[in-house]
Amino acid sequence: MSDFQLEILQKLNDLNEIKSTIKVFPTVSSQDVLSALNSLKAHNKLTYSKIDSIHYDLSDEGKEIVTNGSHEVKLTQLINEMGKLQIKDVMSKFGANGKVGQARAFKNGWIVKNKENELELKENINVNELKDETKDLLTLISQGSYDSIDNKVIADLKKRKLIVQRKETDFIITKGAEFSLELTKLETDITSDMIVTGAYKDLKFKPYNFNSQGISTQSGALHPLNKVREEFRQIFFSMGFTEMPSNQYVETGFWNFDALYVPQQHPARDLQDTFYIKDPLTADLPEDKVYMENVKAVHENGKFDSIGYRYNWKEVECQKLVLRTHTTAISAAMLHELAKDPKPTRLFSIDRVFRNEAVDATHLAEFHQVEGVLADYNITLGDLIKFMEDFFAKMGVTGLRFKPTYNPYTEPSMEIYSWHEGLGKWVEIGNSGMFRPEMLESMGLPKDLKVLGWGLSLERPTMIKYKVQNIRELLGHKVSLEFIESNPAARLDEDLYE
Amino acid sequence: MPTVSVNKQQLFDLLGKNYANDEFDELCFQFGIELDEDTTEEALKAGEEPELKIEIGANRYDLLCIEGIAQSLNEYLGRSETPKYKLTKPTTRLYVDQATEQIRPYAAAAILRNISFNEKSYASFISLQDKLHSNLCRNRTLVAMGTHNLDATTGPFHYRALPPKDIKFVPLNQTKEFDAAELMEFYKQPEQKNNLGRFVHIIENSPVYPVIMDSSDVVCSLPPIINSEHTKISVDTRNVFIEITATDKTKAEVVLDQLVAMFSRYCGDEFTVEPVEIVSEHNGQSRITPNFAERKMNVSIAYINAALGLEQSADEIIACLKKLSLHATASSEDKDILEVSIPITRPDILHPCDIMEDAAIGYGYDNLPKTEKLSNANFIASPLPINKISDIFRVASAQASWLEVMALTLCSHDENFKFLKTEDDNTKAVKLANPKTLEYQVVRTTLLPGILKTVKENRKHSLPIKVFETGDVVFKNDALERKAYNERHWGAIYTGKNSGFEIIQGLLGKIMQTLRTPWVADFGAASPSRGYWIEQDDSLKTYFPGRGAKVMFRAKEGAEPQQVGHLGVLHPEVMNNFDIPYAASYVELNAEVFL
Repeated sequence: MSDFQLEILQKLNDLNEIKSTIKVFPTVSSQDVLSALNSLKAHNKLTYSKIDSIHYDLSDEGKEIVTNGSHEVKLTQLINEMGKLQIKDVMSKFGANGKVGQARAFKNGWIVKNKENELELKENINVNELKDETKDLLTLISQGSYDSIDNKVIADLKKRKLIVQRKETDFIITKGAEFSLELTKLETDITSDMIVTGAYKDLKFKPYNFNSQGISTQSGALHPLNKVREEFRQIFFSMGFTEMPSNQYVETGFWNFDALYVPQQHPARDLQDTFYIKDPLTADLPEDKVYMENVKAVHENGKFDSIGYRYNWKEVECQKLVLRTHTTAISAAMLHELAKDPKPTRLFSIDRVFRNEAVDATHLAEFHQVEGVLADYNITLGDLIKFMEDFFAKMGVTGLRFKPTYNPYTEPSMEIYSWHEGLGKWVEIGNSGMFRPEMLESMGLPKDLKVLGWGLSLERPTMIKYKVQNIRELLGHKVSLEFIESNPAARLDEDLYE
Repeated sequence: MPTVSVNKQQLFDLLGKNYANDEFDELCFQFGIELDEDTTEEALKAGEEPELKIEIGANRYDLLCIEGIAQSLNEYLGRSETPKYKLTKPTTRLYVDQATEQIRPYAAAAILRNISFNEKSYASFISLQDKLHSNLCRNRTLVAMGTHNLDATTGPFHYRALPPKDIKFVPLNQTKEFDAAELMEFYKQPEQKNNLGRFVHIIENSPVYPVIMDSSDVVCSLPPIINSEHTKISVDTRNVFIEITATDKTKAEVVLDQLVAMFSRYCGDEFTVEPVEIVSEHNGQSRITPNFAERKMNVSIAYINAALGLEQSADEIIACLKKLSLHATASSEDKDILEVSIPITRPDILHPCDIMEDAAIGYGYDNLPKTEKLSNANFIASPLPINKISDIFRVASAQASWLEVMALTLCSHDENFKFLKTEDDNTKAVKLANPKTLEYQVVRTTLLPGILKTVKENRKHSLPIKVFETGDVVFKNDALERKAYNERHWGAIYTGKNSGFEIIQGLLGKIMQTLRTPWVADFGAASPSRGYWIEQDDSLKTYFPGRGAKVMFRAKEGAEPQQVGHLGVLHPEVMNNFDIPYAASYVELNAEVFL
């Protein structure tokens, strides 16, 4: 216990109540008083209440006026002694405050100015009976009795720099439930020593402030987008899907487009949309020449019941290298592999794709595509719908609707929509379809093995679910580390709109 | 997908109903087009007529104008029959010169007689040509069309290829005569750059330019650039001569079919087109265009039912197909076969699966039975092995209090080389041919540029900044079909007031320990078994001299040690190049060696 704490307790003991700590302990700052009081209060030695008030002190000029009278009185007395005083001489004869004195003496009607610009005493003024209002006010203030003084007057005195405002904190102290002149030390924490010696049994402990947050932990974190990716992976795994080797960003025109029945003049193959590669420049043709001839025939003249696109198909377009525009390029290669040993198969990938797009809040030149491929015998469009419902239900998305759409490599094609409670509208959440027969039969897959495919971007559902407005805040170097650090666990099945 | 703007009231008039917004949205949804935007609110403010912006499938060229959208929706709703397009006898010819083979070998033509345009239908006619030019015609490279006032010309017509100086005419909307060479220069001026200037490149460098002339050698058009002022059409034109020139014959016919199918409805004889005899002996393309010979495709009822999970009768399927303008009749020879007649507006039908899809749309996707015929085979799922290794790196790094970042794969050449004080020997990095910005010139060969850019963007974050990334870099390899391959890397940085080399070294140890790889003292000499060590390597210019090392890995006892990565104190110039005012240490490993 500090000496000051003891002093407070003794005074309290003597007085039974301390009505003003300012009066009882005038030399101690209010911060020091408060800290001593809090400490004693924690021990239930006392209780206190705090009173904030405003006080005024005289400035040096103000003090001077209280002692010797105001400038206006003193100037009037000087003019009385001299008889007349040239206005231009006021400062030299009276001093720095001459102008102030002159103005206020005029205002009080004590002096006048004659034609020669001289100051004279007004008629009937008795210098010994001047009422020195400024001095009287300051005297009152110096005695601490300013409650009777009008606020405007106080403000004026402040403006004239005669008084200075001071905030004051005072305390009223009364005895607490466990008042005594002694103090036991309160322990802040249980230590290993106390436990070993058993000392904790006799010690008193400081109360905790539970209205607090604790110290933030030092921790690493996984990236929010990768956390969502992991959710998708687990959904695929739970439904028996094997991950495709999608770690191949550079693709040939053949696998990225021709194999998927995208004609060579399709806008998707434009320089505007696709990143072409200048080094290395030219790919090899696919090893499976029978397959390539089938692809050529399907494009050029039609085959496998298709009339084809009927144009001159060029190998050189197949050999152009691109950054893949979709992971379906890998799916095509996997389906071609499947043709060696056709059987029901489930495959998925979640990986990066590239589009030569202008970057804005919803578009980046690279993003992630989630893609599923399901091959099975004699399956129907109804199976695709049901499977999509099961798949999206796993992430808490139900009540799907399906809209006819067009993709070059699937027929029928269906856009998948779900009702978004937060946005209050139907939003497109993915695209799906059955791969075209002429595409699959070119690979050598049997006619009755149908293949369903569906895809969605990883970023879009993440942005919708977690209300991220700008894709650049989710992927790339502009993502804030605070966002990564503070992002909660991703649970796609968690309903954020209940 | 193309978007078509149509006058809202005009469309609703054609559909015979003023649809509420939700109701029209629903109709579009079921049919497979998308109502993108309804401009009613803005239009009312601006005192304009409201428009609907409708997104259509990229293969439905017949829906690129209001006439086609209304026709198809009316048929879908059962309010209208598919038009029966008729041809009259040809009255004129288009002679194709062999010289056109050098530049644009194919031509087609047709005439619309006694047409009555009004302002809206005339605007739609012009707009459809624009839409076709930019979509199917690939900005006029594959096909270009010209429409002319037939009455200002006299047939027969000629399609020639002539030296530019020999083609002289007053082009559309100009007053002065140009020769074709002058005209190319004119359209290359800055004010034409985004207009006709866009098409100059298609013929500019050819010694001969394509030209359509009438019997008196009056120029009708200079395809694919501009028509002549002389043959200009207007809302009052009564007889329209359509000429098509192309490098792709199939698309030329498709374009001509759509133009006449959509606008023959305004002819004196509704849906009747006058064909033109094309004389093109040199390439065997003499014929009469357009060709309205019925196109048929057979489709199996069993196939449609199996694909849709239904057991519909022939008549039920026929009714569904009719809604999508496909007219089927049961085959007299085979009870399972429907003979489907495909109108000229549906060139998108390539395979019976396209008919099957329309049968599904006609039935309604929402009405299809949700079936579960999927195989019950027990599918054994497995992750991609390298992704499993990645996850070990990721989890261990996060546990060690590093933050995961995901930088972009593409970066500038400087970021991948010069800024890291390394040289490009042209053996490793894949380079892009056509990036829109300098930000994307190469595919990264190291994770470092992305990590440094992330640190730069977050340099206000409290120190130290500790981030890692596990991602793919790409290297060239000429032996592969795709000439390049991905390699999975892991990189981590410590950035602060001090370089923190020992901290990065410690993180490497933690990762190696997680991967069952102990440190081997004395640079690998202390033990012959699996393990790692680091060796100073002054050839690593990204690091401060004397503070860079390679990471050596011995997979098992007796195995040859291999370099699997590097670490060190980043060179201050590297930090300056990325505007980071701190010191840093970095480690990067090739994750594939742990497979």
